[in-house]
Amino acid sequence: SEETEKYDKGLEKSRKTFGDKLNELFANFRTVDEDFFDNLEETLIEADVGFDTAVRISDELKQEVKLKNVKSKAEVSRTIIEKLVNLYEEEGTDEDKELHFDEDAVTVFLFVGVNGVGKTTTIGKLAYRYKQEGRKVLLAAGDTFRAGATEQLVEWGRRVGVTVVRGPEKSDPASVVFDAIRKAKEENYDILLVDTAGRLQNKVNLMNELAKMSRVITRELPAAPQEILLALDATTGQNALTQAKQFKEVTKVTGIVLTKLDGTARGGIVLAIRNELHLPVKLVGLGEKMDDLRDFAPEEFVLGLFKGLLVEDEKTEG
Amino acid sequence: MAFEGLTERLQGAISKLKRKGKVSEADVKEVMREIRLALLEADVNFQVVKDFVKKVRKRAVGAAVLESLTPAQQIVKIVNDELTKVMGTEVVELNKAPKIPTIIMMVGLQGAGKTTTAGKLALKLKNEQQARPLLIAGDIYRPAAIDQLKILGENIKIPVFSLGTDVSPVEIVRQGLALAHEKKNDYVIIDTAGRLQIDEKLMDELAQIKELASPNEILLTVDAMTGQNAVDVAKGFNEQLDVTGVVLTKLDGDTRGGAALSIRAVTGKPIKFVGQGEKMTDLDTFYPDRMASRILGMGDMLTLIEKA
Ligand SMILES: Nc1nc2c(ncn2[C@@H]2O[C@H](COP(=O)(O)OP(=O)(O)OP(=O)(O)O)[C@@H](O)[C@H]2O)c(=O)[nH]1
Ligand SMILES: Nc1nc2c(ncn2[C@@H]2O[C@H](COP(=O)(O)OP(=O)(O)OP(=O)(O)O)[C@@H](O)[C@H]2O)c(=O)[nH]1
Ligand SMILES: [Mg+2]
Ligand SMILES: [Mg+2]
Repeated sequence: SEETEKYDKGLEKSRKTFGDKLNELFANFRTVDEDFFDNLEETLIEADVGFDTAVRISDELKQEVKLKNVKSKAEVSRTIIEKLVNLYEEEGTDEDKELHFDEDAVTVFLFVGVNGVGKTTTIGKLAYRYKQEGRKVLLAAGDTFRAGATEQLVEWGRRVGVTVVRGPEKSDPASVVFDAIRKAKEENYDILLVDTAGRLQNKVNLMNELAKMSRVITRELPAAPQEILLALDATTGQNALTQAKQFKEVTKVTGIVLTKLDGTARGGIVLAIRNELHLPVKLVGLGEKMDDLRDFAPEEFVLGLFKGLLVEDEKTEG
Repeated sequence: MAFEGLTERLQGAISKLKRKGKVSEADVKEVMREIRLALLEADVNFQVVKDFVKKVRKRAVGAAVLESLTPAQQIVKIVNDELTKVMGTEVVELNKAPKIPTIIMMVGLQGAGKTTTAGKLALKLKNEQQARPLLIAGDIYRPAAIDQLKILGENIKIPVFSLGTDVSPVEIVRQGLALAHEKKNDYVIIDTAGRLQIDEKLMDELAQIKELASPNEILLTVDAMTGQNAVDVAKGFNEQLDVTGVVLTKLDGDTRGGAALSIRAVTGKPIKFVGQGEKMTDLDTFYPDRMASRILGMGDMLTLIEKA
C-alpha cells in the first residue's frame, strides 16, 4: 500500500547502510582477529547503535568466538545477527508502545525534549491524526519562551483546524497549561496536547520548570498526563542517551517520539534506545508534513535493519 | 555521565606508560586504543577516528618519542597537537566583501539553529563593529519561521526584510538585496529553511539563491549533538554549495561535540562560531584548541600533560 511504501522509503537508507556495511565487513575479513573486532565495533557505532551497545556486542562476540572456536565467515556473521536480534527482543519484552487515553475525561499528552528536535511539529501532526479520527482536540502553547514558538503552534492549529490556547509572551508556561486544562474540561475536549519550550537536559532550572508543569496537570486532572513523550532527533549521537536519562529523572517519560528519521541513513539509535534506556519508541517522524507521522512498528523496523543481512548470510552458506 | 569511565581509563593507560620509563610499541598501541574509544564515544566519525589514530600512532612510535625521558607526556602532546591540527589551529574570521554589503547565507538541517544564529550574528556585528545589518526572511516553509525572525529582529533592533510565504525564496532574496543596496546596509544575513542534504529540490533552491546573491559566506549550521550522520550532512551541503564556514550550535549542552572534528576533517572548512545558549548574545568565536580538549573529554588535555 501507499502507507507501507512511505514507511519503507523513509527507512530505505537505514537498511542499506546498516546491512550493507555489515555485509561489507563480512566480505572483507579473512581472519577473526583484533582488527576484525575493531571493525565490527566501528560498523556498529557508525550505525549509531550507541557506544556502549557496540562495545558490549563486540566484547560478547569475542568471548563467544573464543569459546566455540568459531572460524568460518558464515558462523561468525550468523552469531552476530543472532546476538543483535536476541538483544533487541530480550530488552523489549515488556515494552508498552501503546498511546493511552482516558475515555471518561480529558486525555493529556505532554511533549518534552531538547531544542529543535521536533516537539511542536509532532503536536501538529498528532492533532491532525486525532482530528481525522473525529476526536475533539485542543492544543496548549506551553512554549512562551522561544521567539515565534506560539505563532508556530497557532499556525499548525490553523492548518489542522483545531483550537490553540495561548498566553502572552514570556508568561509562565504552567499558567497557560492551567488555562488550557480548564477550557478542555469545560468544553468537553477529548484530548489536550501540550507543547513545551526546548531545553537542554543540563539546565537545571528549566528542567525543574518542566516537573512543575507536569505537577500542575496532575493536580487538575489526577489521571493525567496519560503520556509524557520525549522527542529525540534520530540524527543525534551519544547525547540522545543522556537526554533521555535526564528527562526521565525529572518527569515520568512514557515513550519516545523519534523524529527526522527521514534524515538519517542509520536506524541503530533504535537499538541504543532499547538496550540502554528501556523506553518504548511510540511514534516516528518521517518528514515535515502533517501526515508524516507513524506509529513505530518495531518488528518491521528490525526486520528492515537485518533483512539484507539474513539473505547475504544464506548466500555465504550456500 | 557516561563519559567519566572513559576519561579514567584513558588516564589510567597514560599513567601506566608513565611508570614504565621505557615505552614499547605495544604500550603505545594500548593508549591508542583508549584514545580511539574516547573519540568514538564523543561521536567523531569512525573513519575520521581511524585516520587520526593511524597518524598519531605513526608519530608516537618514532624513536625520538619512545626513547625520550618522558614518553607518556610526549604522546599526550602528539595527540593534542594532531587534534588541534585537524580542528584548525587558528581562529578564522568572517569573510568580508571588498564593497558593502557582505552577504551571509545560513544553511543547514531542520532545527539546527539557523534562524537563531542569524539573529545572534547580526547582533554581534552590530555590537562589535557598529554594523547595520539587514536580515532576510527566506524560509517560507516552516510554520511561523518569518514571525520568529521578525520577533528576534525586533528584540535586537535590527531590520528584517520579508515578503510573506507566497513569494519564492529566490525572489525574496532578490528584493531584499535591492533594499540593502538602497539603504546601504553593510551586512546582509539570509535565513533559509532547514532541509535535508538529500532533498534535491530544496538543495537546488539554495543553489539558485547562491547564484543570485554570490554570498561571501555560506555558513553551514550544525547541531553539536549530531552523531555519525554529521559527515553525510557536511559532505552533502559542501559538495552542492561549497560552504565557506561552519557554525556549531547548542554547545551549552553536555555533549562532547565530536561532530566538529568530523566536519572539519571531511570538508576542510573552518568552524567560525559556536552557539552557547538561546540568548541573542550567546554566540562566540570558535577556538580550535578548546574544542580539541573537550572532544577528548579530559576536563583539560593540558592537565593531563602536566600529570603525565
Ligand atoms: N525532516 C524532518 N524534519 C522535521 C521532522 N519533525 C520536525 N521537523 C523539522 O524540524 C524543525 C524543528 O521542529 P520543531 O517542531 O520546531 O521542533 P521543537 O522541538 O518544537 O523546537 P523548539 O521548540 O525550538 O525546541 C522544523 O523545521 C520542523 O519542520 C521530521 O520528522 N523530519
Ligand atoms: N541551548 C541552545 N539552543 C539553541 C542554540 N541555537 C539555537 N538554539 C535553539 O534551537 C532551536 C532551533 O533553533 P532555530 O534557530 O529555530 O533552528 P533553525 O535551524 O532555524 O530551524 P528550522 O528553520 O526549523 O530549520 C530553538 O529552540 C533555539 O532556541 C544554542 O546555541 N544553544
Ligand atoms: Mg517547539
Ligand atoms: Mg529557521
